[in-house]
Order: sequence, then structure tokens, then C-alpha cells
Amino acid sequence: MKAFLKYREIWLLAAIAVLIGLISTRFPGFADPANLRQVFNDTSILMILALGQMVVILTRSIDLSMASNLCFTGMVVAMLNAALPAIPIPLLIVVALLVGLVLGAINGFLVWRLNIPSIVVTLGTLTIYRGATFVISGGAWVNADQMSPDFIGFQRAAFLGIPVLSWIALLVIALFFLLMTRTALGRSIYAIGVNPTASVYAGIDVGRTKFVVFCISGMIGGLAGYLWISRYVIASVEVANGYELNIIAACVIGGISIAGGIGSVGGAVLGALFLGIISNALPVINISPFWQMAISGSAIILAVVLNARGERRQGRIILKKAETA
Amino acid sequence: MTDTPAPRHIPDRLDKPLSSAIFSWEALLVVVAIAIFAINSFASPYFLDPWSLSDLTFNFTEKALIAFAMALLIISGEIDLSVAAIIALASTMMGMAVQAGAGTPVLVAIGILVGLGCGAFNGLLVTRLGLPSIVVTIGTMSLFRGIAFIILGDQAYKGYPASFAFFGQGYVWWVVSFELVLFAVAAIIYWFVLHRTSFGRRVFAIGNNSIAAQFSGVRVDRIKFILFCLTGLMSGIASVLITSRLGSTRPSIAQGYELEAITMVVLGGVSILGGAGSILGVVLAAFIMGLVTFGLGLLNVPGIVMSIFIGLLLIIVIALPILWRRLRGGR
Amino acid sequence: MDTTAQHSTVRERPQASTPRLTLSGISKSFPGVRALHDVSLSLYPGQVTALIGENGAGKSTLVKIMTGIYQPDAGAISIDGQAVTLPSAHAAFGHGITAIHQETVLFDDLSVAENIFLGHAPRTRFKTIDWRTMRKNAKEVLDTMGAGHIDADARLKDLGIANKHLVAVARAMSIDARIVIMDEPTAALSMKEIEELFLLIEFLKSEGKAILFISHKFDEIYRIADRYTVFRDGEMVGEGMIKDAGQSQIVRMMVGRSVDHIFPQRQAAIGATVLTVSGLSHPTEFDDIGFELHRGEILGFYGLVGAGRSEVMQAISGITRTAKGTITLEGKPIAPKSAADSIEAGIVYVPEERGKQGVVIGLPIFQNVSLPSLTRTSKSGILRLAEEFALARAFTERLDLRASSLSQDVGTLSGGNQQKIVIAKWLATAPKVIILDEPTKGIDIGSKAAVHGFMAELVAQGLSVIMVSSELPEILGMSDRVVVMREGRIASVYDNKELDAETLVRTAAGIAA
Repeated sequence: MKAFLKYREIWLLAAIAVLIGLISTRFPGFADPANLRQVFNDTSILMILALGQMVVILTRSIDLSMASNLCFTGMVVAMLNAALPAIPIPLLIVVALLVGLVLGAINGFLVWRLNIPSIVVTLGTLTIYRGATFVISGGAWVNADQMSPDFIGFQRAAFLGIPVLSWIALLVIALFFLLMTRTALGRSIYAIGVNPTASVYAGIDVGRTKFVVFCISGMIGGLAGYLWISRYVIASVEVANGYELNIIAACVIGGISIAGGIGSVGGAVLGALFLGIISNALPVINISPFWQMAISGSAIILAVVLNARGERRQGRIILKKAETA
Repeated sequence: MTDTPAPRHIPDRLDKPLSSAIFSWEALLVVVAIAIFAINSFASPYFLDPWSLSDLTFNFTEKALIAFAMALLIISGEIDLSVAAIIALASTMMGMAVQAGAGTPVLVAIGILVGLGCGAFNGLLVTRLGLPSIVVTIGTMSLFRGIAFIILGDQAYKGYPASFAFFGQGYVWWVVSFELVLFAVAAIIYWFVLHRTSFGRRVFAIGNNSIAAQFSGVRVDRIKFILFCLTGLMSGIASVLITSRLGSTRPSIAQGYELEAITMVVLGGVSILGGAGSILGVVLAAFIMGLVTFGLGLLNVPGIVMSIFIGLLLIIVIALPILWRRLRGGR
Repeated sequence: MDTTAQHSTVRERPQASTPRLTLSGISKSFPGVRALHDVSLSLYPGQVTALIGENGAGKSTLVKIMTGIYQPDAGAISIDGQAVTLPSAHAAFGHGITAIHQETVLFDDLSVAENIFLGHAPRTRFKTIDWRTMRKNAKEVLDTMGAGHIDADARLKDLGIANKHLVAVARAMSIDARIVIMDEPTAALSMKEIEELFLLIEFLKSEGKAILFISHKFDEIYRIADRYTVFRDGEMVGEGMIKDAGQSQIVRMMVGRSVDHIFPQRQAAIGATVLTVSGLSHPTEFDDIGFELHRGEILGFYGLVGAGRSEVMQAISGITRTAKGTITLEGKPIAPKSAADSIEAGIVYVPEERGKQGVVIGLPIFQNVSLPSLTRTSKSGILRLAEEFALARAFTERLDLRASSLSQDVGTLSGGNQQKIVIAKWLATAPKVIILDEPTKGIDIGSKAAVHGFMAELVAQGLSVIMVSSELPEILGMSDRVVVMREGRIASVYDNKELDAETLVRTAAGIAA
């Protein structure tokens, strides 16, 4: 039981349960399965993005360009769809993944080959990718009426009573779970975060692995680009502006250590859900949505304080009596 | 000369070859600045007018004020992502004070003190609780701006007194604006503090090895706390300038300034990993960023496209020396 | 090569005659430095070869070449007579070469099983990691080594350092390593742990592994090694069977001259009490520490690694704050809350971990030396560079520092010269009491002698020294009195005149005479 409580995911889950309980006292319908399914669906994109960010943070790096990537790729697929509505949606998703992959690979290449710290690289590409969105679109928007019904309807279609968007999120979560726990790449990602020097000696190519994680976060950014645009049915330069920090916030609340090496798929998902629940709950319990930002800010600070508490190491125990006490 | 062998003499410093000065970061920045300046003056006939050059400075002075303090903070190995949010909160508080009928001196004091208080809050969380500053300030960034949103919602504060407009719009002499004077004064003060005082030396020591610095009698936490306070203070001052220049407060004020200030610092040659950098570099980087945005503005290039150039500039200027070294050290 | 001849040799004497690994004619240069020049080394199955050399002799460069981190500029590597190249750490791994490093080689936040199998985990049909098999195999490996007490699911950070070594060895076993490199494996170990490590090495020998053992400690080399190879300034200067070589012969090869390390002779002129510590206690680290230090005295602190000596010293010098008790300096009680306070009062602590706690790499020599004295070398907070240079010059020249200029980055200096900087910087604060924690750990013989000579000079001028050391010869050669600590308490205090090594070791280990 004690070992069980050591997992911070359990605590986060408990916090979420308490949160849902509190909201239910003000708005009894919130805990209904139907509503919770809706909350999950609403949070799907953030969960996916948080997972992409997680693998980067685990290797002691950071990707600030994810939201800009999302914006650019979203614009690309929206314009493609507007110009050639005949392209089937699965193919568009592949395009989104590929465009995202290229953007991620650029980040990864600069980090890997030129050894520039990732925070600097992605700070640069953050502005470049968003600027590039303006260049390809000429500043124009792509509106709902320019998008094909399939483009908009795909993620809303229900399969077994659950929207495709939620299924995509579940699939991504499953894939990341397999990646992190069952593949050599996943374990290398942890190893690099825990001890980069030792990783080299263990035969792991640290630079190349970092390249790969940026490719992953890029693909996720691209996927999220299509999902975002088809969900909010507008593509513009302003899409997801500043959202990179929400993604990182979800990771931090989910217990992923910014120093690398510590974190889990479950944590990232729960961290995103925590933020999603708050943003869904505020309107129904009659709190102005303007509270959202301050609440998530407080949640981040609280989460990092609590995580640091858990990590704090005791001094070494030398005295015999202290050991038995 | 005595009979006993004299101890081996170690010179203070070796004569540096001229090439090391030519290939210094600052020299690279000067070249880039001159090049952009030249391109600008060819590209637009309006560029070389004293008044347009004066207008140019408004593009960077406010961000540069923050960048000076941020440079010290980054050299010490920390970072503050909440500076733009501090501007928003300080501006909102000033707006509230205006509604309550406060005069200009009170407004300025409120702006500066709110900034200082926010900086102290960051500093306490980082030094007292030992938390990583990047995460703490992502949190306070949401918190500070969030409070501004709670207070203002989608409203705006207006009606600042006429005398308040001087800070962001006034000129001290001819084309020399108050902001430019403040920028110059701050640059000199920060240069002096970082490069000529024991405080600055300790900042460098902390950034290179904080444990060894602590063992060497440097009060690491105290200095880091002061640096967070300074960064908050400069954000408060910037808030006064921006609010004065715009004449109104919205909760979305100064959005994205934190990344621009950090870009300025990094472009100025400060190591994002801490331990190295100079104020001269930050000053040059400020000019470069101002030149790029202003020059492109004269050519009617939209702001969002300018940001591409800033981003490219950041990556290229950092990548170039690495590529250069690799080509020369080669093979 | 004639394969039949090779086979027959193997059949005749499978153990000693055919090297498992041969390096020949290896050279490696870095910009401005020739790290290795035409060196050769052979490792034999079932034997331990000791690699001996001063700091900077090229040992770590060679290890990096053997593990595929560096590529040699020239030379050949062969394993079992077959020429091989080691273009990456992964390739070296594939050839069964593994290195066990001081402490940095493992992954604290991963499980024991994963540490053992990282990079070669068993896979399922679907190419995914097979955790169940991995755990089972980890248990098996640990059991065969007699380390069944280690839980394969435990996080590595919850293990003691000796058990971490066991895990590292288990890792070597699991990759079926045929060549095991141990780079100063005993540096952070207590005596009991070293004994356990030696048992492990015997086990690895019996399994037919070829072992390269790198250590500064001669007693260990004579205890465990079969062969030796000596490096000096990047060249191989001698090799042979350890049983045929005398200690002084090897030392001569190392330094290129005959050096009997003699501790400086000095007339102790012990004066009045300078420092009195009494009842110093900490909740978990030490209890009821009390001693006196006199003017002109060197007080040795001996004990096993982890006996709490460094912790006591850090409490006295204000670095850790949670101590109870009183500290009196020259009759005045002091309660330092930070290193800054204690430096101001006149007590300085020269830390054990040179790279982490001592020098600030990235800053030039003179700024390192002046860092603890900045309040003195600056005037109302404004730097005075001339004062800093003068201070740095005075102390670095007294310590015979080898550097091209005082503006050189300390990171470019050798370990021994960095240690001189470390001592110089705290000494420059003009302290009354200087606490030296393992002042000669891991530095070459020449620098050791310089440090010892300097200590003698210091006390002759009336300074008081506390010297924490785990090296018996140093404790016996330098101290006037010796405090022995055991498990966080003072076990005994001896006058050096009545002292012998055996008594010290017994007291430290808690064995009755």
C-alpha cells in the first residue's frame, strides 16, 4: 500500500476525483459519465500534445515550438482541403504528420548536429513557424465554409458512441504507453534524462535520440494541427498562440520533472485532464472564464511545490540510532 | 638576481592575438548591426531621417530594460518567463489606481512596487523552496496575468492623467526620448554592476558552479533573490513606460514580451546555460532587433513576418560560430 | 595469421598466453595536446592488468578509446587475434567491452533490472521489451554472483554504493562482457566495501574475464593485479608481471625518476588552543563531537568513508546549518550560518570534491583565487583587478602552480594544478583555521608532495590545520594528533607519537585489539 502511494499518478488521480466532487456540489450533472466523456473529448488535443512534449522534457530538453507547429500544419491542411476538397481525410492526416515531422526534424537537427540548447532552438522556431504560417496564407483565414464537410465531420463521427477525436487520443495514449514501457527507444529516453554521461557508455546515441524525440513532438504537433483546425473550424495565424505554455503546464502538473528522466504517460494524461476539467467546469459553476488562467497558474506552482517535496532527499544517515528510529 | 631559484613567474594575461578581438561575439554583432543598418538605408529613403531613427528606438527600449536584468538572471543560471505577465499585472494595478483618482507619482510608484513585489515572489519560491525557476515562472506567468484577467476581463482601463504620458511618449531633448535616456542609463548601470563590481563577479561564479560558489562564501540564495527582484523591478518600470505609451491597459498587454526579451539576451551572447555573457552584447542585440523590426516596418512588412527574421537571426547568429569552428577545426 | 597454430596455443595454455585484447601503436592527439603516443596494452583472459600512471598520463583517454568514445589517430585494436574497430560506444559494447566507472555510470531513477539490461533488454515476439524475462534474468545474474540480496525491482538510488558496484558488475556479466575495465572503482568505497569488490574481481577472473584495473593505490594493485602496464606522459614505459616488480621500481617508471615520497620533516611548535568544538550534534549524521585544535597544529581526522568526518567539517564551517553544539574560536563563540560567515570568522573549509565544490570551471585562475576574498580585494563593492592579480600571484607561486597565465580558465589545468588553486583560494582569505578535506585525493605524486610541503610551511607560520584523510600514510606522515571517527562519533584521539597504522584501522573499524 505504501509503495502504491509512492506513485504520484495516484495522488493526481485523487486530486482530480476531489476536484470533480467539489464541482459536483455546485453542478450535480458534472460527474455524469456523458459529461465526463465530453470533458475527455474536449481535452484530447491537450493530452496528445502533452505526451509529445513529455518525451522531449524527459531527455532534459524542451520544445517551445509545438503550438507554432500546430498553427502552421493546421493552416497547411486547411488550405489543402479548401483547394482540393477531394483529398480523403486519412491522407490529409498523413500530410499533417509529415509536415509536423519535418518541422520537428528541423528542431532536432539543430539540437543534434549543432548542439544548440533546445530552449534556444525552439524559441527561434516558435516565431519562425508562426511567421511562416502568415507567409503561406498571406494573412488570410480559412473559414468553416471553405472546409469540406468530411474535414469538419471526421473527428465528430461517433464510433461505439464515442467521437473519433477521443478514439484518436486513446490510440495515441496507448502508443506512447507502448513506446515508453516496451521499447528500447522509450527506455533510452528515460536513461538519457537520468544520466546522459552514463547513457553514452551504455551505447546510447544521445544526440540521435534527441533528434528522434523532436521528430516525435513534431509529428504530434502536426497531428494536433489538423485536429485543432477541424475542431474549432478556423485556421489563422493566431491559432493556439501561447498554447506552448499550456502544454508544458500539463506536463508539470502531471509530475514530469523539467530536469528530465522522471515522468510517465499516465502523469501527462492526468495533468492535461486536470487543466481540461477546470476549463470545462468554470462556466457551469458560474465562475467567469477569466479565472481559468490564474487557477492553472496556481495549480502549476502547487504541483511543482508538492513534487519537490516528494523528491527532497534526506541527509545521509550515519548514526545507528537514527537508522533504527 | 639571487642564488635561490626564483619561483616560476606566471603572467597576468597573455597578449591576445588581434584575431580573438575580431572574432568576438560583440564584433560579430556590430557587423550584423551595420549590415542591417546599411540595408535599411538603401531600402527606404525615410530611414536616415533623425525622427524615424528616434522612432526606431521605441521598438526595443522597453524590452531591453527587462533584458538587462534578465541577462544577469540567465548568467546566474536562472530564468524568468513571467516578466510580460508582471507588466500586465503592474499595468492593471496602475489602471485601478487611476479609477481611484491617483496622480502620476502614485501611479509610477505602484507600477514599480508591483513589479518588485512580483519579482520577490518569484525569488522566494525559487530560493526558499528550491524550485526550478523555469517551472515556477511558467506558473507565476499564468498567475500574474490571470489576476489581470480576473480584474479586467475583456474591459480596459483608460483615462491616465496627461502628465503620465511623458514616460512613454515624451522627449528629453530634440529627438532623444525619455525611454532612450532611461535605456542608456540602465545600460551603463547594468554594465557597471555586472562587469565592475564584486556582485557581478559573484553572479558569474554562481552561473558557472553554484556549489563551489557557495563553498567559497558566496551567498548564492541571497544573490539569486536580488536578481529576481531586479528583474521584477525592471518589468515594473517597463510597465510604466508601456502603459504611458499606449495610454490604456488591457490584460493582454505586452503578450509575448518574455520571449522577445530572452531572445535579446541570447542573441547578445549570454549563454542560456549560465555563466557567460556581457551587457554590451545585450545592448547590441537590442539595436539589431530594433533595426530589423523597424526596417522591415518601413518596407511595410507585417509584424508577424518580422518575427521570422528575429527567429532566424537568433538561430543563425548562434549556429554560425559553431559551424565556423567546426569548419576550421574540421575533419 | 595461421589459425591452426592459434588453436594449438589455445589448447596448450588457455589462460595466459593469448591476449584477449591487444592495443598496439595507439596514438591520440587533441588540439595542442598529445594524449597518447604509440602505446600498447594487452589484456589476458582470467587476469587482472593494472594500468598505472600519474594524472594526465593518458589512462582515461585510453579507456575512452577502448569503449569507443574516442577514435585513435593511429594504431590497431584486436580481440582474440581478430582486428576490430570501435567506431562507437555501441560497437565496443557489441565486442563485449564494458567499463565500470567511479559513480557516474548507472541510472539512479531506473530499476536494478533495467540498469543491468539497458541497451540489450530481452524482447518479446513483437520486438517489445519483455519485462518478465528481464526481471528473471536479472535475478539469475545477481544470484550467480552471490548478490541475491539485491531486489531486481528496487530503484538504484535506494542502494548503497557497494551494491551499485554489484549492479555494475552484473551488467558486465549480462552482456557477456569479456573485457571489463574498472576505472578507479575503489575511490568512493570504504575498506569493507573494497574487500567485497575484490571478491567480485576474483569471481570475474574465475569466469575468464580479462580485467583492466586502474587505481592510484599501490596496496590494491599488489593485492589484486596479475600484470601491470605503466604510462607516463602518454607513452607506455613498462609492463610485466606484478610479482616480478617492486613498488619502487614501478614508481620510478611512473615519474621517470626515483621518488621516495617523504613527508616533510617539521618541528611541531604547538601553541595555545585556537578552536574548541563541543557537543556538536546532528539528527542523523553525527553526535556529540568535541575536540580542540591548537595553534601550529595539524589535526588528522581518520575514519572509514562515510564515518561522518566531512559532515562535521561542513557543520563547523557553516555549510550545513542543522547542527547543535558550540564552536569557540580564540575564546569567542561563533555560530556560522553560511560559508561566508565562517570565512569571515577565520575558518575555511577546503572541500573534498575538487570539480564540484572547489574550482569554478569557466572562470580564470585569478578570479577563482579571489572569489572567497572578494570583499577584501574590492572597495565598496567595486572590483580592483590589480589587487586580485597580486593575491592570485602570491598564492599560486607559493604552491608552484604550472599555468601559462593567471587569466587561463581553470578547466584547462590538470587535476593536481586545480587542487593547488583550490587550496590557494581558501588560503588567500588569511584564515586562522584551515580544514582540508582529502587534500591529495586523486592527484599525482608530484602535486601531492607540493601540497604536503605547503601544509608544513603553513603550520610553521602559526596556522592551524584540520586534515581529513582516508590515506593512512598521509595521516601518519602529517598529523600531530589524530581523531578517529566511527559511525558519526569520535572513537578515539591519539597523539601521533604513540600511533601505528594497525591501531588506527582497528579503531576506525571498531575491532577490539
